Amino acid sequence: MSVTISAGTAYGFFTDTSICIGCKACEVACKEWNQLPGNPPHFLGDSFDNTGQLDDMNWRHVQFRETTSAQGGPAWLMMSDVCKHCNQASCMDVCPTGAIIRTEFDTVFIQQDVCNGCRNCISACPFGVIGFSGDTGTVHKCTLCYDRLQAGMQPACAQACPTQSIQFGPLVELHARADMRLVALQSQGHDPILYGRDDNVYGGLGAFFLLMDKPESYGLPSTASAVRPERNNAPGYLGALLGSVLAVLGGLIAFRRRNETEAQ
Amino acid sequence: MDHEHFAVSPDWKWYILLYFFLAGIAGGAYVIGALLRLAGGAGRDRAAERLAFLVAFPVVLICPILLTLDLGSPGRFWHMLINTTPGQGGVNFVSRSPMSVGVWALSLFALVSFVTFVATLSEVRGGRGAAVRLMAGAGGSLVVLAGALLGLFVASYTGVLLSVSNQAVWSDTWTLGGLFLASGMSAAAVVVAQFARRRAGAGTERRLAEADGWFAVVELLFVVLFFITLGAAGTAGTVLGHGWALLWVVVGLGLLVSLLGLARRGMAGAMAVVTPVLVVLGVFALRAVIIFSPQ
Repeated sequence: MSVTISAGTAYGFFTDTSICIGCKACEVACKEWNQLPGNPPHFLGDSFDNTGQLDDMNWRHVQFRETTSAQGGPAWLMMSDVCKHCNQASCMDVCPTGAIIRTEFDTVFIQQDVCNGCRNCISACPFGVIGFSGDTGTVHKCTLCYDRLQAGMQPACAQACPTQSIQFGPLVELHARADMRLVALQSQGHDPILYGRDDNVYGGLGAFFLLMDKPESYGLPSTASAVRPERNNAPGYLGALLGSVLAVLGGLIAFRRRNETEAQ
Repeated sequence: MDHEHFAVSPDWKWYILLYFFLAGIAGGAYVIGALLRLAGGAGRDRAAERLAFLVAFPVVLICPILLTLDLGSPGRFWHMLINTTPGQGGVNFVSRSPMSVGVWALSLFALVSFVTFVATLSEVRGGRGAAVRLMAGAGGSLVVLAGALLGLFVASYTGVLLSVSNQAVWSDTWTLGGLFLASGMSAAAVVVAQFARRRAGAGTERRLAEADGWFAVVELLFVVLFFITLGAAGTAGTVLGHGWALLWVVVGLGLLVSLLGLARRGMAGAMAVVTPVLVVLGVFALRAVIIFSPQ
């Protein structure tokens, strides 16, 4: 699918998990383009998954979740997971160096020459997307192929996906496509949900999903659990203030001037 | 509120644990020195006040070294302070990030505690230099007050830093700042008391033991609040399971001897030797269990 890419427009991914076949072409294309050697392969004992999780070497991760269909037979939930490029990005909120920026394509990008490897973003990312590399001393995640976008090319994973489970484009267009797909599946008797299409999950996700089960089944926080780290700034500092007042009070009681015999 | 967590571990280990521990002692020691100066009897606890200031600066000097060693790219520590994004530049201060605010507070605290350290050292050696004259007057009291406020922040913000995340346990409670502050003050009180044993009188020792006891009361209050908030979030099991309960026993022992010291207004005999060890170990164990168990 051809897309004209221009700065100033918000781009993203719409991942339709109902048509993901678990081929991992997205993982391969991502590693090829971004020159990621990947982690040494090992048996995870987790269905067909030998990637494990998103980290510094895996910016796409195809999940295989074995479950039971409505008819009682075996069923697979497959999903190509990726950085969500949140509108309200927790990683950006806590980054102390300003290394994490929003690009002209409204994507979230880690500047490798600015990051100093403090790993605060890892503790903040609610999706477990960001990974630390001991080789570079910095953190890494999907760039939404920032270099390809600047050259007018769509991201490698979306280009490689054979079923168009991963679709790339302007978010406005992707939202419309997702809405149509949702209605189509509902008319077939399914009960899918659009995750991150609206602003109830981190202000809306640049990479949003059509899911065939509840978000937690895919390792994604529910709408109620999708909370930002900065929510704890005010209560955290107030707790520290309370502790300070009480401790100073305790010190004043202990050190106060009083009449007592000094055995100095 | 009970939130499901899917965040992965930032792999903060021993450097961070040591930093959190020493930041509590450095900040706490300075605050104790300030309290002795501003609230204590005129000259009564002068020796302990000086020792508190002399402890704070060397300890805080170790902190940035630990923080730098923990970075993936230690040579870029200064990126915390200066914006290196191409085309931008200037100072880096991100108010919503406790790590950014904390680095600035630590830098300012190191500066103020250095001035206090130099003046105190000069005073001890009988000097009459500019630093001594500055610290002797009202200006000195202002410097000490500013240092005390920064010390309180440095000793407590590390807890807020953990809370401002999406990690289980850390983000489920608002109590970590107060907990780290009270426990840091407790450890600082026994450290200053140990240095003061030969230089200050029994009255000063008694008052420091009492202060440690009051700090332990505050710490105990925050431990209770910590478990109440984790209970509500459904993550209390994370800090108690897998043998972590053993570290809580160490925490409890440290609190117990501090509270006994408060009740008895000091410890005598063998307990006078054991108490500071148990208190410091308890404060270290508290940070260890909170930092390591969710990871």
